Amino acid sequence: MAQADGAETGTAVERHEHAPRAAGVAVVSDDRVQNPGFPPYRPRVSDIDPVKERQNERRVFWLFLASMIGSVFAVVAYIVFPIHEGDMDSVRLNNLFLGLGFALGLLGIGFGAVHWSKSLMDGHDLVEQRHETRGKPETVARASEIFTLGNKESGFTRRKLIRNGLLGALVLAPLSAIVIFRDFAPAEDPVKLLKHTLWEKGTRLARDPNGIPIKASDVTIGSVFHVIPENLHESDHPLEEKAKAAVLLMRLDPADLHVSEERKDWNFRGIVAYSKICTHVGCPVALYEQQTHHLLCPCHQSQFDITREAEVIFGPAKRPLPQLPITVDEEGYLVAQSDFHEPVGPSFWERSL
Amino acid sequence: MTVTATTTETTASEATAETQVEPGKGMRFVNWGANYIEDRTSLSGFVKELGRKIFPDHWSFMLGEVALYSFVVILLSGTFLTFFFQASMTHVVYDGSYAPLKGVGMSAAMASTLDISFDVRGGLLMRQVHHWAALLFVASVGLHMLRVFFTGAFRKPRELNWVVGFVLFVLAMGEGFTGYSLPDDLLSGNGLRIIDGMVKGIPIIGTWISYLLFGGEFPGEAIVGRLYTLHILLLPALVVAAIGVHLILMIVNKHTQFAGPGRTQGNVVGVPIMPVFAAKAGGFFFIVFGVIMLVASLVTINPIWNYGPYDPSPISAGTQPDWYIGFADGMLRLIPPHLETELWGFTITWYILIPIAVLGLFIVLVAIYPFVEAWITGDKREHHIADRPRNAPTRTAIGAAGVTFYAVMWAAASSDLIATHFRLSVEGVTHFLQAALILGPIIAYLVAKRVCLALQKKDREIALHGFESGRIVRLPGGEYIEVHERLSDYDRWRLVSYEDYAPLMVRPNAKGRITTGTKIRGVLSRWFFEDRIAPVTRSEIEAAHHDH
Repeated sequence: MAQADGAETGTAVERHEHAPRAAGVAVVSDDRVQNPGFPPYRPRVSDIDPVKERQNERRVFWLFLASMIGSVFAVVAYIVFPIHEGDMDSVRLNNLFLGLGFALGLLGIGFGAVHWSKSLMDGHDLVEQRHETRGKPETVARASEIFTLGNKESGFTRRKLIRNGLLGALVLAPLSAIVIFRDFAPAEDPVKLLKHTLWEKGTRLARDPNGIPIKASDVTIGSVFHVIPENLHESDHPLEEKAKAAVLLMRLDPADLHVSEERKDWNFRGIVAYSKICTHVGCPVALYEQQTHHLLCPCHQSQFDITREAEVIFGPAKRPLPQLPITVDEEGYLVAQSDFHEPVGPSFWERSL
Repeated sequence: MTVTATTTETTASEATAETQVEPGKGMRFVNWGANYIEDRTSLSGFVKELGRKIFPDHWSFMLGEVALYSFVVILLSGTFLTFFFQASMTHVVYDGSYAPLKGVGMSAAMASTLDISFDVRGGLLMRQVHHWAALLFVASVGLHMLRVFFTGAFRKPRELNWVVGFVLFVLAMGEGFTGYSLPDDLLSGNGLRIIDGMVKGIPIIGTWISYLLFGGEFPGEAIVGRLYTLHILLLPALVVAAIGVHLILMIVNKHTQFAGPGRTQGNVVGVPIMPVFAAKAGGFFFIVFGVIMLVASLVTINPIWNYGPYDPSPISAGTQPDWYIGFADGMLRLIPPHLETELWGFTITWYILIPIAVLGLFIVLVAIYPFVEAWITGDKREHHIADRPRNAPTRTAIGAAGVTFYAVMWAAASSDLIATHFRLSVEGVTHFLQAALILGPIIAYLVAKRVCLALQKKDREIALHGFESGRIVRLPGGEYIEVHERLSDYDRWRLVSYEDYAPLMVRPNAKGRITTGTKIRGVLSRWFFEDRIAPVTRSEIEAAHHDH
């Protein structure tokens, strides 16, 4: 406020400098209690008693000596406690004694130095004056003048055309570099990739991780299988394919299943297959509650009801787990009827396009 | 040339003259060395400026030191680890010392991490030192921030340094997360999977960002190498630069101090760098290092050999991130179900966007708080005396609310473990925490504010009437009183020397108008300062003494 009233005299710097700092809504009272000044120095025992002083000196030395012992001990431990292949205990002992040696070596120095500083070094508080952080008026004026000169001599604000040209060039130069980030990933369309998995008509459902195909007759009521496509290991990118194609297979009493009209032939005698990848952010939904037929994601606790086509009954997820339509082939092995009918895993912008 | 030589001689002889009290070979060598360096660097100016710089003392000033020293420990142990770690996702078959994983396929990153743990003497120790130091680093940065917040040490001229510190906090979390993801074990892989899921939830660009980040589809073969570059090159460079700025600004602004007799806004009272502070702080570095070393030798952290290599299909129950990412993970868990809409075929994933927005807003509020408070108080003066939290009740209450908000999110990251440990249902825990996320901060705000005001009243009472001495005296009239002992001026000063603010009187400006900004400021300052306990004044003390 006061600055604004300061008329147009002097440079901006001067005007700013001479204005007293506003206290805002602070209450500035004349009736404040006065600072009583420094209290008298309270000497420590080691300041008064030379015996205690020597005692402290010895203590500091003992601490430094302990440190030396610790460091030597660490070297000895390195040699005395080698790691034997396949022996976990040797790893533990190596870790323990080497670490204890190092720790003693460090703590001895630390406590020694701190003890020295607190009990033997001069204990008087010293006083240093503060100055306002802002530089002296001459300095500030000179700095301001330098910028003015710089501006005048270069014509930075006067020659608007070239200044704006420079700014434009500076903005564009880094922007153009954005293109080089395209090759961070192969030249494919991620949206297309996300919408397809390894499953296709006739792909056998195999056990994770050994890849042994599953026969419908192996799946008893109440059992659950972690499933991968049989051809997963032949794929060029097994991990990436698995991250989309992982499936959970369960067999329920067909009477427990509430099957909608369009999915009525997607299960095989109560055997159902659902994507294992959570529709929330993609963790594997690996916890199956056999009694309630609920699937629980251990990351964020989304729960899916398998009896109701994996609809979300709790947690942050929105969409049910996609169901893999299955049947059996002529040899009795479970096979996929097709790929999933929707993208698996977490939502993405172009998901429904 | 001759001139320089002469100068050297003079300086040297002067220095010798000064130290003639205790001559000796050692001293002569030190003098020669000092002069050698001085002639080539003019370092004396630096020493003169900083050598006897004063540092005030208080236990809470140690938290920032812990952060600095644990960062040094991280650099040292991390450098050791880089000599062995292979940041590659090339598929290998493990053939190291750890028998249970022999013959298991995994990435080179995971295999080399196992080798560091089981085939390099001291390798496991360095891994554990690195991980423990990282946990301590983020924790001490957070506590240091809380100290600065609750004592108002962010006020002018330190607002910018608050922002630098805030950036350091964010960088520390970034360092932590990138490091956590490097071993490519099951837990870190699932952490990345969550990041991937979150990134994909970002509208328009999410799918592409994820695709480019992972170098193809998740998990790809690029991410560990990329995170490694961030973890050991880009982020540490930024952290070191920010620490440099942080410390330089601390030297320029000088350290804050708590109110005490003789201490004013115009001085710094404490110990000089040479020798007391140097010995204390230097010693403290070794203590921090030693404690980390002790913990690392005794307590296992991140036993990746128990988790196994990353595979998108298995997962273990009770998965959790490192503690400092917990608040973000917790927010993901707390969002109510079914928040996703489709608009013209595009999927808008609110259950990702809302947590990101809430977290973003929360940390932005933390970053800009000093500027908001400065605007409300309109106080343009420099502040070098740290507030006791009780003497800024509204700020302390806001801080308590913020801490509670963070704590609820953080607790939510363990909702499943809370449920299993206390035999509760996970649904019940989640619903409770959802309610606590909203109600907790409100309750914390009200309680903290009342507690602050009550403490201020108690201080006021003690400053005016002294403390209860426990001595009961019977007066001639038969009346019993307890004698109150008066405080010394020194003790009283600690209780009465604080800044007092009153709500803004909203007045028209020069043009006769009350601007919206002024109105808002009026409301906010009333919120901040309506309930206030003014510091005891001289006349009140005199009046109180007359009563007795």
